[in-house]
This record gives sequence, C-alpha cells and structure tokens, in this order.
Amino acid sequence: MPDVVLAGVGGQGNVLSARVLAETALRMGYDVKTSEVHGMAQRGGSVVCMVRWGEKVHSPLIPEGRADFLLAFELLEGLRYLRYLSGEGTAIVNLYQLDPLTVLRGDAEYPENALQKIRDYAARAVELDARDMAARAGNLRAVGSVLLGALSVYLDFPDDAWREAIVAAVPAKAVEVNLRAFSAGAGRGRGSA
Amino acid sequence: MKRALFSGNEAVALGAWCAGVRVAAAYPGTPSTEILEELARRPGVYCEWSPNEKVALEVGIGSCLGGARTLVAMKHVGLNVAADPWMTLPYIGVNAGLVLAVADDPGMHSSQNEQDSRYYARMAKVPMLEPADSAECFAMVGAALELSERYDTPVMLRLETRVSHSRTVVEYREERREVDLPYEKDAVKRVMIPGHARLRHPVVIERLEKLQQESERSPFNRVEMRSTRIGIVSSGVCYQYAREAFPEASVLRLGFVYPLPEKMLREFASHFHRLYVVEEMEPWIEEGLKAMGLDVVGKARIPRDGELDPDVVARSLSELLEMDTGVRGGGWSPPPERGELPEESSLPARPPVMCPGCPHRGLFYALRRNRAVVSSDIGCYTLSVLPPLSGIDCQVCMGAGVGMALGLEKAFASSEANAGKACKVVGVLGDSTFIHGGITGLIDMVYNRTPTTIIILDNRTTAMTGFQDHPGTGRTLMGEETHALDLAELARALGVESVRVVDPWDLAQTEAAVAEEMAAPRTSVIISRRSCVLREHREGAPYRVDVERCDACRRCMRLGCPALVMRGEAAAVDEDLCVGCSLCAQVCARGAIEEVSGHA
Repeated sequence: MPDVVLAGVGGQGNVLSARVLAETALRMGYDVKTSEVHGMAQRGGSVVCMVRWGEKVHSPLIPEGRADFLLAFELLEGLRYLRYLSGEGTAIVNLYQLDPLTVLRGDAEYPENALQKIRDYAARAVELDARDMAARAGNLRAVGSVLLGALSVYLDFPDDAWREAIVAAVPAKAVEVNLRAFSAGAGRGRGSA
Repeated sequence: MKRALFSGNEAVALGAWCAGVRVAAAYPGTPSTEILEELARRPGVYCEWSPNEKVALEVGIGSCLGGARTLVAMKHVGLNVAADPWMTLPYIGVNAGLVLAVADDPGMHSSQNEQDSRYYARMAKVPMLEPADSAECFAMVGAALELSERYDTPVMLRLETRVSHSRTVVEYREERREVDLPYEKDAVKRVMIPGHARLRHPVVIERLEKLQQESERSPFNRVEMRSTRIGIVSSGVCYQYAREAFPEASVLRLGFVYPLPEKMLREFASHFHRLYVVEEMEPWIEEGLKAMGLDVVGKARIPRDGELDPDVVARSLSELLEMDTGVRGGGWSPPPERGELPEESSLPARPPVMCPGCPHRGLFYALRRNRAVVSSDIGCYTLSVLPPLSGIDCQVCMGAGVGMALGLEKAFASSEANAGKACKVVGVLGDSTFIHGGITGLIDMVYNRTPTTIIILDNRTTAMTGFQDHPGTGRTLMGEETHALDLAELARALGVESVRVVDPWDLAQTEAAVAEEMAAPRTSVIISRRSCVLREHREGAPYRVDVERCDACRRCMRLGCPALVMRGEAAAVDEDLCVGCSLCAQVCARGAIEEVSGHA
C-alpha cells in the first residue's frame, strides 16, 4: 500500500498535486485516502498533504517512518517532513530553497546541506530543478506536475490514468501546461531510475 | 452508482443536497468552511454566510420550523457563539429536520483552542452522530435529518479536521429527495416563556431515553469481532487509527455516539478483561463507559491534547496491551530502523506570514511607531503578533478585541502601577469580524465613555478562511449583488464621534491618523481600507533597491515583508513577490528603494 507525503510551502500547488495523485489511484480502482492541512498554512506557511491507496486504507494520516515516497516541493520542507519517510523510501526533491521569514530576518539559518541530509536518509533521492522545468513547460506554478511526473516512473499507473486525473483536477486553462510539465518530470524521473 | 473522492465537507454538502436540504447557513471557519461553499453550487438550496454562528443557527431554526430541511455549519468555537439558541432549540423542536454540523480541530491547525464539542450535545440533550470518513459523512446527513424529524429534535453531526479535510471514496447516486412540510402554529411548544419551558424540559428528557433505544439499533454502531483478547471502543477518525494500529483487535465502532448504546457496550465488554477507548481530546466516551461501571482505559495512556495518529495510538497502548493480553505490542510493530534525522527543533520555523503588499502591514507599522497596547481578534492581521511587527498584546476570539480594549483602558485609567507608562490602548479587528462580534462592543465603548481607538482592518473580504463574502462586500454566498454595509456610517450611527478612513499603503497618512486619534480623548474608529492583495490583481510595478544608496540600516526589514531580503551589505527586493505597495520606499530614509522603471 503506497504512502506518499507531499511537503511544501503554501502557494506551491501541493494540495492540488495531492488531488491529482489521489484521482489517479482512484481511477485504478483502489481505495484512496488523502489528508491536507489547510487554514493558516495558506499564508506562506509550511503545508503537508498525504495520499494513501490500496485494497483497503484505514487512517488518512501516514504514521512517521512509513511513507514510501516524499515529494519535497522545497528543500527545508522536505527536511522537515523527512521523518515520515521510511528508510527504504524514495525522496523526490525539487532543488529549490525558499527562505522562511525567520531566516530573512536573520533569526534562524537555513539548514546547511539540507539536500545532503535528505540524500543520506532516503534509500533513493531523485533531484530535479522542477521550477525551471515548470517554467519551460509554460508556467512556474506547474512544479507539482513535474514532481508527479518523476513519481510516476516508480508507480505502475498507466499514462492515461494520470492524464485523466490532471484533466479532472486542474483548471481547464492550465491543463496543457501541466501535462507538459508532467511529461518533463517523467522524462527526468526515467533518467534517474 | 458513481464513485468519487470527496473531502468530508464536500460529502456533507452532497448528502445534504440529496436529502433535500433547502436552507443552509454558516459563518466561515476552518475546518468547516467548504460545507456551504460546496452546497451553494447546487440548485434548489438557499445558502447564506450569516454575520455569526448565533445568527446562522437562528436562521436555521426559522427555516426548519417553516418546513424546510436545514443544515447549519460552524467550527467548534463558533458553537460557543451559537450556544444560546442551541440550548433552547431542543425544547421547541424542529418540524422539518435540522442538522448542526460542527467541526472540531484537534491539534489546533488553525484555531485558538482545542475544545471538544461533544459536550455540547450532552449539555443540550441532543443526539449526535460522528462520521469516520467521507462515505459516512454522506450517509449520516440524510440519516440525521430523518432522525431529527422522527424525534422532533435538532441533531448534531460532529466532524474533526481529519474527517473534514481528508478525501476518501464515496459511492453515491446523485438524486435529490424533495421535502416540504406544512407550517403549523404551536405557541405552547415554540414560545419558551417559563411556563411553557417547564412543560418542555420533561419532553426533552423523555425523548433522550427513546433516543438511547435508537442508538442501540443504529446501523452506525457496529461490533467488529476479531481477537477476543483485545476490545477497543472508538469513534470518528480515531476508529481508523485504532484499526491501523491494532489490526487484530475487536472494535466497537460508534457512529451514533450520543446517547451511547449502553446494552451494546455492556455486551461487547463482557468478552474482554477490560476495554480500551481510543478518542481524541477529552475522555468523553470514557466517562460514559465509566459511568456504566465498566473497566476501561483511555486517557490514562492516550494523550488528552493534540491530534492522534496510528502511531500515537499504538505507542500509547501497546505496552499495556501486552501486559493485559500477552499479545506482543498488541500486534503493532514499530517502524523499521532509520537513518539520522535532523532535530525538528533545529529547523527554522516557517510560520504563516502576511503576504507581500498585505494592507495590514502598513497599519501595524504605524501602530508600532505610535507605541500602542493592542488588543486584537482573529484573522490574517493576528499574524502581526510575530516579529518584526510584534504588533499585538492580546487576542481571545472574534469581536473580543473591542471589549478587551475597553477593559484595558479602564484598568490603566485607575492604575498607579501603570501610571506614567505609555499604555495607550487600541483595539483591532477585521471587517468580517467587526460585523461578527465587534458591533456590540463598540456600542459599549461609546456608552461607557471610553477614550480608545478601534481600528477596523477592512480588506473587503473574509481573507483567512479563503475570501468569503460578508454583509460589507455587496455580494452574497449565492453570488447575488446586494446592499453593502457602510462600516463608517454604521460606526457613526452607534455614536462614535470620530470616524475616518485611511489607506494603509499611505504610511504618512496612516501614521498621522493613528497618532491623532490615540491622542484625542474620545472613542474613535479608524477604518484602514484596502482590498486583500491575494484577492485583487497586482496594482503597481515592483520596487528595487539602489545598492549604491543603501547603507544596510535594515529599517525596511522592520516591515516584515517576505519580498524584502538582506543580500550581503544591502537590502534587496524579490521582484517576483513584490506587488508594488511601496511601503519599503516610504520607510527608507535614504531614498534607496525605487519603482522599477519601464515596467509594463
């Protein structure tokens, strides 16, 4: 039963990506549960979503140390939710650093070697500049679809299911960009697999 | 049958629509907000944002008496506001069904307290259902409405963040059942003068006894027998955690949670040495079982604060389960060994922040320059409590910023301990929350001659919960244009002597208004008005720093704008984030920050 944690910053498209992943699993006939943190987190705070599927899923929350995949939309947030990843798990990491206000103010330091720590911990780390790839696909905000594309390489969902889920979940005018971003992510994912 | 993923809130809305709900009212509050947003998309339902939860429930009482099936939704703290009508409604009954959906927030993802609303069901003697996933959310709304009509009582549907904001599979038919009941006058039953109320209270008590029989028979209460060594009682999302943590355990899964099915519980308990209760927050079920004289363990092991998850449940109980039953860890195994993790506490926090260009920023900068003692209520502006603005002294609930300002002012006025200190009080609240709970406080200020300034941070929306309309915006939840309440005229009508409107992007004007009103010996209202930047498109060109002129004094950093950073020996503007509010340029003493010229 694959468990996926999506960690990022409010506004990065984390919640929508969780939705696309869940819709894809639903199309494959699985029982699916997702969990989102809303509310204050939409103001540039830390945001985490969880997606689980299988024959039967009980808890919508993934226990610590049990996730098979961590999609890190931002490095520090990847590090923050690393504890959810299993030792055998795969981290798919956007090489992007967004300083929180605590760092901008000089009250805290952005952790050194955040990426290295994720690499050391995860059984496998797939690293990509998802922001740049999303921009090339036509919109900076399609970062989530790039990461989902990279994830798709490790799941046995057919491309059609992913495409249908993107069409169902993403606003109509953004579908083309997100499909391109997804393909770019999948291409990059295959390169690392 | 269709099969789709719905959040718990969406499933409540769909269930309400299918069950023929014709009137729905709410005040937005995380995690309950999406219930009405979803319902309002569908035909045949009148949906409204009420000014507050008390009014929402009062609207609901009227509509159900009038014969329309009704849904009222709110978050846990909203039920405190609605508690007054809530306690009398069970006396008068409903005619058509009324369901009150209340969403609790264990873990306080976006709330000021962790109260357990289940006590409100017990206190009001109202039956309560508690879904464990979206499919049950869907099914329980209809069942609750029928129960409501059959027993002539409101029914509480208790949700939690993890039910409201989880998406799980729902199989459903998109069919609506029309319900339209005749209105009949019955003043003895519906006008609660003491003589009538005395007649009604015994009816409420008797009804509760009948509802207990209903609970015994309810399909939402189910025994799942597995191992005869471990017996767990649980409800809501905690049932899911218990199932995952202890797959071998037998579980009595409560969905009709008040009144508790006593016979069923006793029968279940007879199979086990003792029962374990898995529930979040208060020992609500546990107390019920203990009152029956059953041997149960719950909060002695499971945390009473914070949110549970399968691991917390497993770790809390596994040792005791092993002692009691001999089953190693109760059948739970710890996660596999892992590599080294960074200490959570060593990572920089990423608190939510006021957005670049947020109109509240200029106002709080001005308040800080005027050294005000600030009492606040709840909204985006509450984020200004964080450094560098550090702009708030106290906050309790919506509307309370006004009353607290009055109290602080009266205390300081009669204080020797605080004499000579700069203790000038200002109360702040949002446009939506002023309408929700601030108006009566302002009447008190005027009436009791309080020389204090109230600032309404009017960003033309209810921003924190996702841009809902309110009586000041000129638009209803159903998308119709309507009269826009004029806050300035209202304040004048309440008797406020000085009411002025400022643009918080104009720092000099805002600072001057704050200074003048704080100095004046009268009750005053400043309306700091500019639309939320997330709601409106970017208005201006971005700004940039002339590195030659910047002397790194860091004055601009005091604004706490996420678009401003120190880069080496100079400040810098992130042009991607900047919306051109110009506050940093207004603050810079060296004129080093300027508009990017030639910007389209």
